[in-house]
Amino acid sequence: MAGSLPRERPYPARDPGLQPERTRLAWRRTTLSCTLVAILAGRQVVQHHGPGPMVVVAVALVLLVWLAFLAAAHLRMRAMGTGRPPVLSARTALALAGCVCALAVLGAAILL
Amino acid sequence: MILTDRLRSIGAGVRLWFTPARVREEGTTPDYRFSLANERTFLAWLRTGLALVGGGFAVDQFLPRLHDVLRVTFTVVLLVGGALCAVRAVNHWVRCERAMRRGEDLPASRFPAVLAVAVGLLAAAMVVLVVIGWTR
Repeated sequence: MAGSLPRERPYPARDPGLQPERTRLAWRRTTLSCTLVAILAGRQVVQHHGPGPMVVVAVALVLLVWLAFLAAAHLRMRAMGTGRPPVLSARTALALAGCVCALAVLGAAILL
Repeated sequence: MILTDRLRSIGAGVRLWFTPARVREEGTTPDYRFSLANERTFLAWLRTGLALVGGGFAVDQFLPRLHDVLRVTFTVVLLVGGALCAVRAVNHWVRCERAMRRGEDLPASRFPAVLAVAVGLLAAAMVVLVVIGWTR
């Protein structure tokens, strides 16, 4: 019976709860939130400093953090495409939390 | 005594973030659907942190008539709260994952209640400030 040999099938039976899909949408929501916060951070930079080299550096930093967040999310979403998604790596989790902290620190640095 | 125990457990928790292989050595791998549910909870907490950080930016940018000291205070409190939320999200995710592997109960936490009270107080303070007109 083919059903008793799940290893021979590249994709095991579909999860009726659609957990991978729901998780992928959760990642999508999170990247959207990050995009919004990054836009607000960029606006903050432009509002507090007139044109100059500091603005370019600060905006570049915001962009870098945003891209790092997107890259981590993209890699994770791609890893979830397999039939049995692997557990989220602690490194990815730390990287994402680090991005949020970096945006907060950047915001505070602009302010003070 | 209780404090040193608590500090030690916090230290062990932080070490756990950086040595994920140690989590994987313990117990048995749970059903991947439970791990994915844990991941979604982690992402929800991360979004909460992002919302707080974004709220901090919004207070600074969209409340120009608020007194300078107050505006900076509100902004910094929200930014720090957002960063804390993100760090706590990782910690809670690791602890839940470990508990599932060991077949233990999920860790209880008073963080949601503390956060709810803090956000409530912040909102109430803002309402009072607007009502008494303590703005420029």
